[in-house]
Amino acid sequence: MAAGVATWLPFARAAAVGWLPLAKKTMPKPPVDNSSRSDEILYVNVSGVRFQTWKNTLDRYPDTLLGSSEKEFFYNEDTQEYFFDRDPEMFRHILNFYRTGKLHYPRHECIQAFDEELAFYGIVPEIIGDCCMEEYRDRKKENQERLAEDTEANEAMDAPLPPHSTPRERLWRAFENPHTSTMALVFYYVTGFFIAVSVIANVVETVPCRPPEGKVKDLPCGEKYQLAFFCMDTACVLIFTFEYLMRLFAAPSRCKFMRSVMSVIDVVAIMPYYIGLVMPENEDVSGAFVTLRVFRVFRIFKFSRHSQGLRILGYTLKSCASELGFLLFSLTMAIIIFATVMFYAEKGTKGSTFTSIPASFWYTIVTMTTLGYGDMVPNTIAGKIFGSICSLSGVLVIALPVPVIVSNFSRIYHQNQRADKMRAQQKVRLARIRMAKKGTTNAFLQYKEDQQLGDRDSDSTALCVKNRSAFEHQHHHLLHCLEKTTNHEFTDELTYSELCMTESVGFRTSRSTSLSSQQGAQNNSTGCCPRRARRRAAMRLANSTVSVSRGSVQELDTLQVKTTSIPPQNRSSLNAQPRDLKLNCGDQDFTAAIISIPTPPANTPDDSPPPSPAPGILRNTRATAFTHETVKISSL
Amino acid sequence: MSTMNLEGLEMIAVLVVVVVFVKVLEQFGLLEAGYDDSVEDELELSAVRHRPEGLEQLEAQTRFSRKELQILYRGFKNECPSGVVNEETFKDIYAQFFPQGDASTYAHFLFNAFDNDHNGSVSFEDFVMGLSILLRGTVQEKLIWAFNLYDINKDGYITKEEMLDIMKAIYDMMGKCTYPVLKEETPRQHVEVFFQKMDKNKDGVVTIDEFIDCCQNDENIMRSMHLFENVL
Repeated sequence: MAAGVATWLPFARAAAVGWLPLAKKTMPKPPVDNSSRSDEILYVNVSGVRFQTWKNTLDRYPDTLLGSSEKEFFYNEDTQEYFFDRDPEMFRHILNFYRTGKLHYPRHECIQAFDEELAFYGIVPEIIGDCCMEEYRDRKKENQERLAEDTEANEAMDAPLPPHSTPRERLWRAFENPHTSTMALVFYYVTGFFIAVSVIANVVETVPCRPPEGKVKDLPCGEKYQLAFFCMDTACVLIFTFEYLMRLFAAPSRCKFMRSVMSVIDVVAIMPYYIGLVMPENEDVSGAFVTLRVFRVFRIFKFSRHSQGLRILGYTLKSCASELGFLLFSLTMAIIIFATVMFYAEKGTKGSTFTSIPASFWYTIVTMTTLGYGDMVPNTIAGKIFGSICSLSGVLVIALPVPVIVSNFSRIYHQNQRADKMRAQQKVRLARIRMAKKGTTNAFLQYKEDQQLGDRDSDSTALCVKNRSAFEHQHHHLLHCLEKTTNHEFTDELTYSELCMTESVGFRTSRSTSLSSQQGAQNNSTGCCPRRARRRAAMRLANSTVSVSRGSVQELDTLQVKTTSIPPQNRSSLNAQPRDLKLNCGDQDFTAAIISIPTPPANTPDDSPPPSPAPGILRNTRATAFTHETVKISSL
Repeated sequence: MSTMNLEGLEMIAVLVVVVVFVKVLEQFGLLEAGYDDSVEDELELSAVRHRPEGLEQLEAQTRFSRKELQILYRGFKNECPSGVVNEETFKDIYAQFFPQGDASTYAHFLFNAFDNDHNGSVSFEDFVMGLSILLRGTVQEKLIWAFNLYDINKDGYITKEEMLDIMKAIYDMMGKCTYPVLKEETPRQHVEVFFQKMDKNKDGVVTIDEFIDCCQNDENIMRSMHLFENVL
């Protein structure tokens, strides 16, 4: 809950007077609040700069350094103030967070220094307000990328081989980094040379050479020196095939390699030759054969292994694909519009070249790109007017705003990124809010558990009471009052879905004597339990009998009817359940600074061994992100 | 036929040229397109600022001490710097205390109960006076306040429909995941029980006297009235 809401809690509790005349049951007793009501001013000295604030302000976030008792470690008895040997500039922002509830990121500060300060004061960076969140994220990502690049560069450049590498690994390395060994470099240059030779051969074989004796017509060189070109082609293809097979052999993951772009280019480059070898010299298929030869030009793309620039270009095009697509789409729209108009404008004239709308496409494109071949010209006045509009709009659409469009698309692209980031953040925020809500609910359920226990064992209540803040006490009391007013109890999703499931089975719990009659009549309502299947997996808790307070089902698959009596040694198992359920719902400490942590209750000091892993686990998950793991706790 | 086509298209072409011309002129500001929406909308009323009466007056009007008023005001001002709470903010704040359910309907009724002068916003005086009744008032005053809350249209009678609205609002706050599972007719049944208890002359409405009499005779209610006295 937000900080300032704590100040409204007295109001919410006072408003509960409105429930009193309606309550079906008696209200629970309110918690005793022994803390002094008066507010005091605290002095905080940060490297000589003195800050003063109300104690209540700092108490708003009890899981940060300043809000918890951790600050007592920094208390200076002589000067009666809290002394921190940290940056006073940053502390200003930290303190503002307590005051306003929003954490701002100062743009002129280094991101790492800021992160360190936040870590010191126990504040989670996710709390940064919307105004500064994007800047913070961008800077952080930039910083991380830079660090990653540095480490990568350090590794990649001439790093010595791991001592026990197989020949296969060495081969792969040689292919990927030609600079590592002389052999690799030689191979690299040889393949580059052959690619160039192959491309030049493809080009030259179409140039017309002097015809041999006895003929008049010019022949392309390819046909004149057919054998020579064929030999050269064969040599190149052999080299390429050898290289491809070597790479395939050396690749750590063959499937991934085969799917990569470069290997596809390789295959496409050498395939025509083999297909040409296989195919017979038929007149029918020679057309297709000629088409295949076109693919030989793809060998030029093999250069991209050798050129960083080509790779960057390819990557840029790929990343701008959506913008280019949009440009193409708008151009297509304009072309279709103008082609249609021109066609109908020129329909009447005799001998018009605008024979159909697709035929007018050519005119439109040539005009819009201001090429103006002149093979198709309008003759009518309307055609000329529309033609001129077409060419003007072509200038506008293509030539003039190309820089504007480029920068526009760049802006749109970034905006889109921002929108996606926002949406992702929104999802995270919603998830956080959901978790916070669950956390408060679970805390309340935990509180009720303790109340039950507390009725029997006064020691444990004392311990439990100590671990909970006054705010929590009062809030739980408020929720308890609501329960009593309506004579229904809060449960969490797990038990709720179990209840839905067991309704059809007529499951009887120890307390709901009147329920069984209701439940028998109903069939399983599918609408209320959407997540039943998932939760089932989470329910394989340790063997223990059902608890009194909530009728939560332990072993649903066995579908037993549980007994009513609860042996006393199951108290620790009672302790186990809510924690299990809490952990199943993901940890409540995710955004520690926002929500109040429902601290685990103290282990009941009785004969049964307390479920000791639980508090440790809870503490660990505090530091990590939200996890969905279910934790098995063996009770007893 | 061909001439028809030509003429029709020529007309259109000429029309297009004229439109383009007009647009160009507009660009140069020679032709006004007639912007009706004025700039007055820009001058929105700046946030309403409200300053409460002096501390002494509030001290006299309510049963809080000076220090308590100070603490209350600091919290209030922190949340609502403009000095008043509007219904949306009120609903947001109240909803945070009941994460499982939907507290907006009940918050709406509560807002109306606090907003004494019915001007759509709760100022600090309203807030503090309401709290004074609830926390430091006599049982009679508290019951009157509760009656005021239930009586949605403030006509002095609680009808079954009003009670049903209130009841539904309260049950909404519980949310979906309750034990036992909430049914459709639970609020209605609760209202029936309430009316059976409170409506002495069985005329279908509960007046304030009936309400206060009945509550004063009910031990549970009287005892629970003292629950929230040490909230602040």
